[in-house]
Amino acid sequence: MATVTLRDIRKSYGAFEAIKGIDLDVADRELVVFVGPSGCGKSTLLRMIAGLEEITDGELAIDGKRVNETGPADRGLAMVFQSYALYPHMTVRQNMGFALRMAGVPRAERDRKVEEAARILQLGTYLDRRPKELSGGQRQRVAIGRAIVRNPKVFLFDEPLSNLDAALRGQMRVELTRLHEELNATMIYVTHDQVEAMTLADKIVVLQAGRVEQVGSPLELYHHPANVFVAGFIGSPRMNLLPGTAAVANGTGVEVDLDAGGPRVTVPSQAAGAASGRAVTLGIRPEALRPDANGPLYGEVKLAERLGGLTLLHVGLAGGQNVIVQIEGSAPTRAHEPIRLAVDGAACHVFDAEGQALPALRRNPLAA
Amino acid sequence: MSTTVAPHAGAVSGPAEGAGQRRPPSFFLLAPSVAVLLLWMIVPLALTLWFSFQRYNLLDPTVGGFAGLDNYEFLVTDPDFWAALANTLVLVGSVLAITVVGGTLLAVLFDQEFPGRNVARLLAIAPFFVMPTVSALVWKNLMMHPIYGVLGSVARGLGLEPVDWFADYPMFSVIVIVAWQWLPFALLILLTAVQSLDHEQKEAARMDGAGPVSQFFFITLPHLGRAISVVVMIETIFLLTVFAEIFVTTSGGPGNATTNLAFLIYARALLQFDVGGGSAGGVVAIILANIVAFFLVRTIARRLEV
Ligand SMILES: Nc1ncnc2c1ncn2[C@@H]1O[C@H](COP(=O)(O)OP(=O)(O)OP(=O)(O)O)[C@@H](O)[C@H]1O
Ligand SMILES: [Mg+2]
Repeated sequence: MATVTLRDIRKSYGAFEAIKGIDLDVADRELVVFVGPSGCGKSTLLRMIAGLEEITDGELAIDGKRVNETGPADRGLAMVFQSYALYPHMTVRQNMGFALRMAGVPRAERDRKVEEAARILQLGTYLDRRPKELSGGQRQRVAIGRAIVRNPKVFLFDEPLSNLDAALRGQMRVELTRLHEELNATMIYVTHDQVEAMTLADKIVVLQAGRVEQVGSPLELYHHPANVFVAGFIGSPRMNLLPGTAAVANGTGVEVDLDAGGPRVTVPSQAAGAASGRAVTLGIRPEALRPDANGPLYGEVKLAERLGGLTLLHVGLAGGQNVIVQIEGSAPTRAHEPIRLAVDGAACHVFDAEGQALPALRRNPLAA
Repeated sequence: MSTTVAPHAGAVSGPAEGAGQRRPPSFFLLAPSVAVLLLWMIVPLALTLWFSFQRYNLLDPTVGGFAGLDNYEFLVTDPDFWAALANTLVLVGSVLAITVVGGTLLAVLFDQEFPGRNVARLLAIAPFFVMPTVSALVWKNLMMHPIYGVLGSVARGLGLEPVDWFADYPMFSVIVIVAWQWLPFALLILLTAVQSLDHEQKEAARMDGAGPVSQFFFITLPHLGRAISVVVMIETIFLLTVFAEIFVTTSGGPGNATTNLAFLIYARALLQFDVGGGSAGGVVAIILANIVAFFLVRTIARRLEV
C-alpha cells in the first residue's frame, strides 16, 4: 500500500514561483509520469516529494500521513537520478547496500537483499565492479538496484534514461515496465520524452510553467486533450493547429471554416462555447490528413521524411500554413509535388479562443 | 644529447611505427629547452657531488684534495645530523597532519552556504600569499613574543605567566608558523575538490539515510582522496626544505632543537665554512627527497588511476 497525495503544493525561489499549486493523487501501484517542456518544474516537484527540496506551501501526504516535515530518508522513498549518482569509490555491491548499511542492517541480510536485487536486474556478474567499469545501461540498472534494495513505498525517477542512446533507452523502457509489474510498486517518473510517457504511464501529468495542464491515461490525453498545449505536446509528430471560424454549431457537432480556405470541416464536439462566428483553432493529427485527389485542402509538399514504415509529409498549404501529414511508407508522394488533402473531421479537435478544447460528443473507446 | 638521439630514432622508426614517435624536427625544436634544463639540473648536482668528496674549507685554503668518504663519515657520525633528520621528519609530519586534517575540515566548512562566505574564503587563503620571512617575523614579534606579542598580552590579561614560545617550545612554534602558511594551500586545493563533488551524489546519500557525519566519511572523504594525495606530495617537497622560518625565528636553536636538514647544510657550509661537509649533507638530502618522492609518486599514481 503506498499512495501519494499532493494538495495545493507550491514552491517559490525568492520571488519566483516555480510550482504554482498542484493537486494530485497517485494511487497504489500506479506508474505516474510527469511530462512537460524544459523548466516547467517536473524535477522540482519530484524533489519536493523526495524531500530534497523544501515545500513552500501546501500538503504532501504519503499513505495519508503528512510528510512535509519528514526528512528524505524517513519518507520511505527511493530516487533514481538522471546522472545515476552512483558512489564512484564503492563497488556495485556496496553501492546497492549503502542505504541498508546506513540503516544498520546486518551484513548477511544486506548481502541477501543485494543479491536478490541483482538477480532481478541481471547484475549478478558485476557485483564486485566499480561504477566506472560498467556501461551506461548497467550503471542505470545499478542505480535502480540501489532503489530496489531499500524496498521503498514509492520509486521516484528523474529522467533516468536520458543519458542512454536510443536503442538502450527502448530496451530499458521495456525493462522498467517489467520491473513495475514484478515489484508491484508505486512509481513516479519524470521525463520530457513523450514516447517514454506514453509507453510507461498508467497516468500522465502534463505540466507547464508550474501548473498541471491535464491528468489522464496516455490515450485519454491523446484522444481528448483538454487544451491546445496538451494537444501540441502529446503525440509525435505534433498535432497541426489551424486557425478557423466556427460556422454552424448544433447537436451533431461544430462546423469550422478554415482561414486557409476549403470546405467546412465538421467535428463531433459539443457545441457549447462555440457560437457561430467565433474564432477557433482546429486541431488535426497528422494521421487524420490523407492525400486525396478531390480533397479540399491544397498545397505543395515541401519535404518528405521517409521513416520506412511511415512517411511524414511537410505540406505548405495555399493559405500559408504548414501542416504535417502522416502517410504509409509505400506511398510514392515526393517532395515539391502539388498535393490535395482530405480531412477526417471525426478525428479532429476544436479549441476555443482561450485554447480550451470543446469536449467531444463521443469518447474514444480506448480512452476510457 | 638530444642531437645524438635524433638521427638514431629517425633511422630506427619505420613508417609504420613512426606515427607514435617524435620525428627528428621536433627533437631539434625541443633540444634548446631540454639542454638548458639538463644543464640547470646536472651542473649543480655534479658540483655538489664533486664538493662532497673534496676537502674544502673556506677558512683554510691550504687543506684541499680528494677526501674520499670522509665528509660522509663525518656527517653520519655527527649526532647533530641525526637530530636534524629527526627534526625534519617531525616538522614535515606535523605540518602535513595539521594542514591536511585542518584543510579538509575547513574545506567542508567553507563549502556551506553562509553570509560573507566569499570574504571569509579570501581571508582564509590570504596567509599563503605572505612571504615566509615576513610571516615568520610577524609570528615572532607580534604574536609569540612574550613581551610585545598578542599571545603574551592575552596570557597577562588572564593573569597567567606569558610563555616564551621560541625558548620553551621551539619546535612547536616553528610547526605552528609553517602550518599557518600551508593550511591555506591545502584549503584551496581541497575546497575546489569538495566543490567538484557531484551534487546528486550527496542527495543520493541523503536519500539513503546518511547523516552529515556519514556523508563526510563515506562520500566526501573518499572523493577528496586524490586531492589529499596531491596536497601531501606538493607540501612534502616544499616542507623538506623549510628554511626561512627557522632562520628568522630560532636560527636552528636553542641548541639544535629546530635545526632541520636544510638549516644544517646552511650552517655547515656558510656558518662553519665547511663546503665539503655541507655538500655531503646536500647529497644526503637529495637522496632522502628522492626516496620520499619515489614512494609518494608510486602511491599517488595508483590513487590517480582510480
Ligand atoms: N535553486 C533554484 N533557484 C531558483 N530557481 C530555480 C531553482 N531550481 C529550479 N529553478 C527554476 O524552477 C523552474 C523549474 O525547474 P525544474 O528543474 O523543476 O525544471 P524541469 O521541468 O525539471 O526541467 P528539465 O526538463 O529541463 O529538467 C525553472 O524555471 C528553474 O529555473
Ligand atoms: Mg529536470
